[in-house]
Amino acid sequence: MSGDGNAADQGPAHRYIELVFAGLMGLFAIAVVYGAWRAGIGWGFEGPKAGFFPFIMGAGLIGATAVNIWHGLQGSKSKIFADWDQLKQVGAVTLPIVVYIALIPYIGIYVASVLLIGYFMMKISDYGPVRTLIISIAVPFITFLVFERWFLVALPKGPLEAMFGY
Amino acid sequence: MAEFVNLFHGFATVLAFQDVNVFGMQMYLPFNVFIMVVGIVLGVIIGVLPGLGGANGVAILLPLTFSMQPTSAIILLSCIYWGALFGGAITSILFNIPGEPWSVATTFDGYPMAQQGRAGEALTAAFTSSFIGAFFAVVMITLLAPLVAAFALRFGAAEKFAVYFLAFASFIGLSKEPPFKTLAAMLIGFALATFGTDHMTGSLRLTFGSELLIPGFDFLIAVIGLFGIGEILLTMEEGLKFKGKEAKINLRIVLDTWKKLPQYWWTYLRSCIIGCWMGITPAGATPASFMSYGIAKRVSKNGKNFGNGEIEGVIAPETAAHAAGKAALLPMLALGVPGSPTAAVLLGGLLIWNLQPGPMLFIENKEFVWGLIASMYLGNVVGLIIVLTCVPMLAAILRIPFGIIAPVILMFCAVGAYTVRNSFFDVVMMLVFGILGYVLKKTNYPLAPLVLAMVLGDRAEEAFRQALVGSSGSMGVFFSNALVSSIMALGFIALFWSVISAAISRIRGVPATAS
Repeated sequence: MSGDGNAADQGPAHRYIELVFAGLMGLFAIAVVYGAWRAGIGWGFEGPKAGFFPFIMGAGLIGATAVNIWHGLQGSKSKIFADWDQLKQVGAVTLPIVVYIALIPYIGIYVASVLLIGYFMMKISDYGPVRTLIISIAVPFITFLVFERWFLVALPKGPLEAMFGY
Repeated sequence: MAEFVNLFHGFATVLAFQDVNVFGMQMYLPFNVFIMVVGIVLGVIIGVLPGLGGANGVAILLPLTFSMQPTSAIILLSCIYWGALFGGAITSILFNIPGEPWSVATTFDGYPMAQQGRAGEALTAAFTSSFIGAFFAVVMITLLAPLVAAFALRFGAAEKFAVYFLAFASFIGLSKEPPFKTLAAMLIGFALATFGTDHMTGSLRLTFGSELLIPGFDFLIAVIGLFGIGEILLTMEEGLKFKGKEAKINLRIVLDTWKKLPQYWWTYLRSCIIGCWMGITPAGATPASFMSYGIAKRVSKNGKNFGNGEIEGVIAPETAAHAAGKAALLPMLALGVPGSPTAAVLLGGLLIWNLQPGPMLFIENKEFVWGLIASMYLGNVVGLIIVLTCVPMLAAILRIPFGIIAPVILMFCAVGAYTVRNSFFDVVMMLVFGILGYVLKKTNYPLAPLVLAMVLGDRAEEAFRQALVGSSGSMGVFFSNALVSSIMALGFIALFWSVISAAISRIRGVPATAS
C-alpha cells in the first residue's frame, strides 16, 4: 500500500495507522460478540448466561470503534505517525525481542538474556567486546542466583543449566 | 478514637522484631522496616529508570512476594510505589525527562531551576512537597477510610456495580483523551477480563476452541507489556539522549530551602486538596499534578514567572501528585475500586493473597489494613530521608546508557511475565501487549482505563449479574433505592461532565460577552 499524502515520504500517515488500528479493534470486538453469543447471551436457570456480560462489552466496543473510525476519517491527512528513521529504531528493538522470546523455550531464559543484552550493547550502543561480555553474562548470572537459589522460583532453563544439574 | 488504637496496633505490627532468614542468614530484626527500606530504594530506582514505572515495577515483583506474609508483601509493594513517586521528580528536575507521567508538570519549573544551578533547591522542594502531600493523604485515609468502609457495608450487588459505574464514568468524563477512545480502551479491558472460565458458572467462554485461552488473560501480563515493553519502544523512537545537570545537595541547601517553604502554605493546602480529590475519584496522580500546576500558575502573584524556574511551580504539582498517589489507596481499601493503575496492581496482589479488598477487609483483616496504613506513615518518612541523602547516587544510575538499561529491563519484564503463572504463553502475550501499548499510546488511547477494567472486570460483572438475578432481570434494580440511585446519578453527571461544564460556561459566558 503506497501512501497518497505528501507526507508519505517521511513516514506513514497518522490517519492511516489510526484507521487500521481502529479496524483491528472492530475485528476483536466482533470476535468477542461472536464468542459471547456462542456461550449464550440469554437468561438461563442461573440468571444471565456466561456470554451476557461480554456480549454487552463487545457490542459497546463495536459502537465506540465506529465513532472512532468516523472521527479518524476527519483527521488531518498531513500528520505523520512517526518518521521512517524512528520506526526503524522501534523495529531494531522489536525484532531482537521477538527472537529473544522465541529462543526462551529452547535455550532457557538466562542464556537468551545473555544474547539479548550482548546484542543491544554491541549493535545499539557500540560497546567493545570485553565490556559487553562481562555485563551480558554477569546480569543474567546474578538474576539466576536471585531466582533459582534465594527465592526458589524456577524459570525456563535450557541445556546449559542442565549440564550443571539444574 | 478507635482509629488511633488501631493505628497504634498497626505501628506495632510494622515495627515488630522477627526472626527471619535474609539471603540465607538468620537474623533478628524489624523485618517490616527492613522490607520498607528495600522497597523504597527499589521504587526510587524504578521511578528513575525509563521504561520501568510504578505499575509494572510492582507487577514484575508481585510474584516474588507470593511466599511472604501478606502484610510484609503489601508493605514491600506499596513502598515500591511510594519510592517510584519520589523517583519521578529526580529525572524531571535533573534531566528534563519525566521518569513517570505524573512528574511531567514538575519539569516545567524544576528543570529551569536546575539550569540556573538551583537543582538542590528544586529537589529539596520537590521531595518535601511530596512528603507533605503524601502525609496529608495518609491522615485523610486514617480518618476517612474506616467511615467509608462502614458505610459501604450496607452496599448490595446493585450498589457495588453503581460504584464501579461511577469510577469508570468519571474516567470517560474527566480524561483529557477523546471520550470514545477512553470508552474503547475500557471496553477492551472488560472484554479481555471475560476470556476463559466464567467464575460465576464455571463454564468456558470466548476460548474459540483453544486450550491456551482457558485460563484467560492475566492483568499483570497486560501491565508488564503495556507499561514496560510499550514504554521502551516509545523511548527508542524518541532516541533518548541523557544530558543531565549536576545535583549538589547538602544539609545547608536543604535547610535553606526548608526556611522558604512555609510561606507557600496556601499552595500546599490547595494542592493537597486537589490531589486527594483526584486520587479518590480514579483520575489519578497525573491529571492532579497538571491541575494543581495550572491553578497555582493562575492564582500565584508570581504566575507570570512560571516556567522560568519558580519554586512554587515545583511545589504545586509534586504535592498534588503524591497526595493523589496515596489517596488512590482509600477507595481501593474501603471499596475495592483502585484509584490508579498501580493501586490496581496492588489490589490484584490482595486478591492473590485471598484478601478481599472492600469494607469487610476492615473487619476481618484489621491487622493487615492498619499495618499497611502505619507503613504509609513510616514509609513516607523513610522515603524522604533516603531520597534526600541518595540523590547523587541515583543520578549516576541515569548515566548508565540506554543500551544496557533497555535489555536488562526487557529481561526483567520477561522474567516477571513468566513467573505470574509459569506460562510461556504469557511471555508471548506480554510482547503482544507491548506492541499494543505502543500503538495505543501513539494514537491517544489511554492505558489506565484498560488496565483498571481488566482488574475489575470479574468483580464488576459479578455485581452486575448478581444484581440482575436479584431483580429477575429488571434494570430498574440500579435505581431501586435512594442510595443506588444517587451513586448512579453521580456516575451519569461524571460521564457527561464535559458536556455539562461546556453548557454551564456557555450560560455564564453569553451574558458576559453581550454586556
